[in-house]
Amino acid sequence: MSDVVEKTLTALPSLLSLDSQPGSAKLSSTSKLGNLIRGITELTSKHEEEKLIQRELTSIKDQVSSPNTSMRQMKELMVRAIYCEMLGYEASFSYIHAIKLAQQGSVLDKRVGYLAVSLFLNESHELLLLLVNTVLKDLQSTNLIEVCMALTVVSQMFPKDMIPAILPLVEDKLNHPKEIIRRKAVLALYKFYLIAPNQVQHIHNKFRKALCDKDPGVMTASLHIYLQLIKENSEGYKDLTASFVTILKQVVGGKLPMDFNYHSVPAPWLQIQLLRILSLLGKNDQSTSEIMYEVLDESLRRAEMNHNITYAILYECVKCIYTIQPKSELLEKAAKCIGNFVLSPKINLKYLGLKALTYVVQQDPKLALQHQMTIIECLDHPDLIIKRETLELLFRITNGQNVTVIVEKMLDFLRISKDDYTTIDLVGKVAELAEKYAPDNEWFIETMNTVFSLGGDMMQPDIPNSFLKLLSEGFDSDEEDRKLRLFAVDSYVSLLQSEPNKLPQRFLQVISWVLGEYSHLSAELEPATVMTLLSKLLDLKHTSSETKSWVLMAMTKLCEGGVAISVAQDIYETHSSSMDTVLRQRAQELQHLSQDSELRGRVLPRDAGLMPLEVDSSLSFLDGFVSEALAAGAAPYKPPHQRQEELAQAKALSLEPYSLSLPISMSSCSIADRQSPTLMSMSSGLSGDSTDLSHKGGSTTLKLDGVKRVWGREGYLAQREPVEETAQVEVPSPLRSPSQQAEADSTQSQTPTPTVTPELEQDKQQLASSLFVGLGSQSSVCLMGKSDPTPQRFRRKAQGRASSSGASEKTPTSLGSTPSPVDNLLCNSLLDSNLVSEPTNQTPQASQSLDTTNGNCHEELTDVKENNPSLIHNNEEPDKPKDLCLSSHLPTELSGLSHSEITPLCSNQSVNLSACHVQKEDSLQLVIFIFNSSDSALQQMQLQVDSGELKLSLITDSPVEEVRSHSVAVCHYSVTVKRPSVHVEVLGMLSYQLPGGTPQTIQFSHKLPLTTFIRPLTLSTEEYGSMWLAFSQDTKQNLTLINDDQDPLTTTLNVLKKKLQLHVVEIIGVEGIVACQLVQDQPCLMHCRVHAGTLAVWLRSPVPDLPDCLLYHCQRALQEH
Amino acid sequence: MIKAILIFNNHGKPRLIRFYQYFAEDMQQQIIRETFHLVSKRDDNVCNFLEGGSLIGGSDYKLIYRHYATLYFVFCVDSSESELGILDLIQVTFSLLQVFVETLDKCFENVCELDLIFHMDKVHYILQEVVMGGMVLETNMNEIVAQVEVQKPHGEGGLSAAPARAVSAVKNMNLPEIPRNINIGDINIKVPSLSPF
Repeated sequence: MSDVVEKTLTALPSLLSLDSQPGSAKLSSTSKLGNLIRGITELTSKHEEEKLIQRELTSIKDQVSSPNTSMRQMKELMVRAIYCEMLGYEASFSYIHAIKLAQQGSVLDKRVGYLAVSLFLNESHELLLLLVNTVLKDLQSTNLIEVCMALTVVSQMFPKDMIPAILPLVEDKLNHPKEIIRRKAVLALYKFYLIAPNQVQHIHNKFRKALCDKDPGVMTASLHIYLQLIKENSEGYKDLTASFVTILKQVVGGKLPMDFNYHSVPAPWLQIQLLRILSLLGKNDQSTSEIMYEVLDESLRRAEMNHNITYAILYECVKCIYTIQPKSELLEKAAKCIGNFVLSPKINLKYLGLKALTYVVQQDPKLALQHQMTIIECLDHPDLIIKRETLELLFRITNGQNVTVIVEKMLDFLRISKDDYTTIDLVGKVAELAEKYAPDNEWFIETMNTVFSLGGDMMQPDIPNSFLKLLSEGFDSDEEDRKLRLFAVDSYVSLLQSEPNKLPQRFLQVISWVLGEYSHLSAELEPATVMTLLSKLLDLKHTSSETKSWVLMAMTKLCEGGVAISVAQDIYETHSSSMDTVLRQRAQELQHLSQDSELRGRVLPRDAGLMPLEVDSSLSFLDGFVSEALAAGAAPYKPPHQRQEELAQAKALSLEPYSLSLPISMSSCSIADRQSPTLMSMSSGLSGDSTDLSHKGGSTTLKLDGVKRVWGREGYLAQREPVEETAQVEVPSPLRSPSQQAEADSTQSQTPTPTVTPELEQDKQQLASSLFVGLGSQSSVCLMGKSDPTPQRFRRKAQGRASSSGASEKTPTSLGSTPSPVDNLLCNSLLDSNLVSEPTNQTPQASQSLDTTNGNCHEELTDVKENNPSLIHNNEEPDKPKDLCLSSHLPTELSGLSHSEITPLCSNQSVNLSACHVQKEDSLQLVIFIFNSSDSALQQMQLQVDSGELKLSLITDSPVEEVRSHSVAVCHYSVTVKRPSVHVEVLGMLSYQLPGGTPQTIQFSHKLPLTTFIRPLTLSTEEYGSMWLAFSQDTKQNLTLINDDQDPLTTTLNVLKKKLQLHVVEIIGVEGIVACQLVQDQPCLMHCRVHAGTLAVWLRSPVPDLPDCLLYHCQRALQEH
Repeated sequence: MIKAILIFNNHGKPRLIRFYQYFAEDMQQQIIRETFHLVSKRDDNVCNFLEGGSLIGGSDYKLIYRHYATLYFVFCVDSSESELGILDLIQVTFSLLQVFVETLDKCFENVCELDLIFHMDKVHYILQEVVMGGMVLETNMNEIVAQVEVQKPHGEGGLSAAPARAVSAVKNMNLPEIPRNINIGDINIKVPSLSPF
């Protein structure tokens, strides 16, 4: 730091002499702000501070509203208001004055005004509207400072719907002669891209220009945008790889002016950014990776100085090298780098070293072995953050052999950790490891006990849920199941007998459920004893009402025999008058079922956990009740979705065309997705806990499923080795003999640390051998795919019934949760009824246009192919001749229709997958061809396709299970859109087995443009009018008109009609209305008006996101024209 | 992206806060309190990174901080920022403050807390040149010095009257020895044919 400071300090006298107000520093200390601050620092209590600030605020309030306050005073007042706000006291009265100051004052006044505005307001604040004009004016100002201020405030807080107003002006600034303005404009546009990508997609060319800007600063700013774009779609920017590499080469080579040096490193932040971009580009792409090897090597070589910032570059380099397709020399150097990080005495570097190791260890576990002694030292590091990072690393290298040691270490850490976030995270990991690698029942139950007691009530609800699920579903052997359950019961009984008041609520719930279900397994345990133990829980002060209802449920299952029934009777008497309705109901149930053992047997059968619970999700048994209520004059039920829509309709009539529809749509989504009303009403006790935990859910689990194994001891492995979960089941476990292990251990511990005393050293060595066991060269192969040398103990049974997705919501069977498809069902039927006007018969013209678009697609896809030589590169066999024969395999019902180009999806040495689609009126037909190129038949074939946005249903009668050698199997799907998105993607996985071989899987993804799902919607103008009012989702934007001399509107609409298959309903003067629908039955209406040389379009639809997506495609269609 | 920049003193009193993502007022105060709580517990000889303040966001967020005498500088960032990079950015920011905040006795050894609060607005202006809307805008100290200088008051209304004069004044300062407007013709970025998105 010192040299920079020095350099700047030398420049300082000249700076200070420029300041024409030498007394300004003194002035501020005697100013009112100064007085205020001094006053506050002298105070001793929070209460006094509050009083003082309130007084201050009142005085500010009086002064700002006084007409006599000068601009200068106003500035001062604003700073004081900012100060008060910073301390957490609201000064909302000053907001409007801040805006005024930004509007009216001189540059310096404006500056304070803008600053205050950007600190006070947020993107959804209503006063922001008042700022738009000021910003517009300042963006057009000739004063650089004003433009800068406007750009800053725009990037800080402008919301989506205000962007169109200023976008053209900001765009213009990209050509501004002054680089600082260009730079700020680029960043403002980046911000717009983050908020509303569709609105700036037409300026992507200009981003390229910014990348080539002659000012390196502007270029640096544009990298923000490219990093984001490439993160989202790396395929689209492969062509820029060479440019990025060239830039990096020149930066590293010192071609930038010295000005950009920081601690004599050329533009380090720029280098970091470029390295990140490169790693995204080179991921899974050999040819792109090859372009960057040289510059990466150069970067590693140049960055060998001892300053913080060079380490930052090195770290990015290493990450990049391990992300792109590997090259052995680079890997070697990177590994050495990681070593330097890990061994560094500087703690920040150690942290990063551990991070890098964690990242790398999935690909190269040997590296962890090399540094095992350091890792063990880090385990005892005084810094908790380092410790946690080490545990994270250990978590990744856990296997069946070292699990007990690693879990023990994690639990040790949990015991001392005070941080909620860490606890939640780590508890999840321990639970995952325990479930995966538990060596025996006792260990599993005991570990889970510790997890539950340490995790307390903060842990994610899916941990107890999946634990209970595991217990209730059981494993492969009944005997094992029984033992496990019995052990759990015994352990819980002894826990309850000792100190139940120290256990957290969630654990108590688990205990009571398990005791309720399984305590009958224990011969010497009387139900009455368990009942008494449980009833003690009810008397505890801290027991929440949710837990109480779990306890009561458990008792209901248990009450058998005289003593138990009398206990039940007592409980009923105390709780039947409880204030909590849920408890009262449970108490009633307990009472009735304890009296009637036959009924109890039917309602709560033993081992019910094994039986699928059938739930009538349509609630048809309530039909009678509903119709009675309706007959009695009750209002029909409306799903939240419809209610919102009606609300929006009311809004549309209130003549507020610009009212924000966004929050409405969002809230409607969130309501529709969550629970059904019945569940909500019955879980009144539950809701408190469940809602606050729901947002923490599901981030801890390690996602290794899709991780390919591309790394080995020799570097890159050809993608021959299958990585898949099913494989690990069948692979015979290569258990290592003890002697082998010892041998491995002795070779492993070759890196002694000389400073440690011998015994300590020995301890550590021992720890090392137990931690890193199973990480030797042999088993590391298995580790990669997380296929374990020891078969997983608690392997879930293959489940035919749908339970895994609902697992996190699952409450024990008897609590009877109601699933929520009800809402969806109702929504669908609502949509149907909205579409009465929709034509049932398509005109021949329409189907003709369908064919032409299929043709278009054909062209588009060939384009893609040409642009993407790498795709063809990888497939060594030429595809062309196969195309011809593949199309002959099209299902007969599709053979007459024109289909899109058959695109290859993926292939390996035995299978080639390709796909094409055919547009039909009511759906898109997707055909996937599976070509067996090997010499033997593929067996047990299973093709799974899935998509977040689409609904796919298989049309072929029975799924194909076997493909003979050199022949083709066809899977035919009918596809409709669930949730619109600009590009929708189908993800798929094919698993198969070659005779005598291990099962293999191959994964693919297939992108479809949304346009393939758009169909014209024929309606009359009147129908259009009534639908328009009913739709709540809308978007507005200006599009470019296609200008030929005659009638630009008609020409433009015709282009859209041709390219996107929209139906032009009517054109009246300068306005036109257009309609289309997304298959199936998702209408979207468009209103176009020619205004000032552009086409102002307004899209409406009942479907969220559809207007945005359609707008995007309209823009593209017009651009391509 | 940088989510927030917090500067507070050893007692947790905020000295400057700037959020680049919207949080409600009381949430902001809570974040400040939690961050202070997390950071102040840590010794000076442990690492400068902290993960998982539960308020700003879960696993994707990180606190990167430095402790100077009586002040904590904390940057809340997401995973798209380089840890060490930000750490040095804090250093840059701090050096800038040292340069800009004129202490009463003209001593530049240390930015003391009082200087920060007496010149809160100025600190904000400096920060605006370093970070814009959550993105790192400029890391070159000379450039930032020049930018902030341009905006400095030169007598009443002097600047707004003649922006050109102000700009040339900055140009004439013998700040960087190397000309700023470099023609980097030798960076021959090939612009590939602009295929539509």
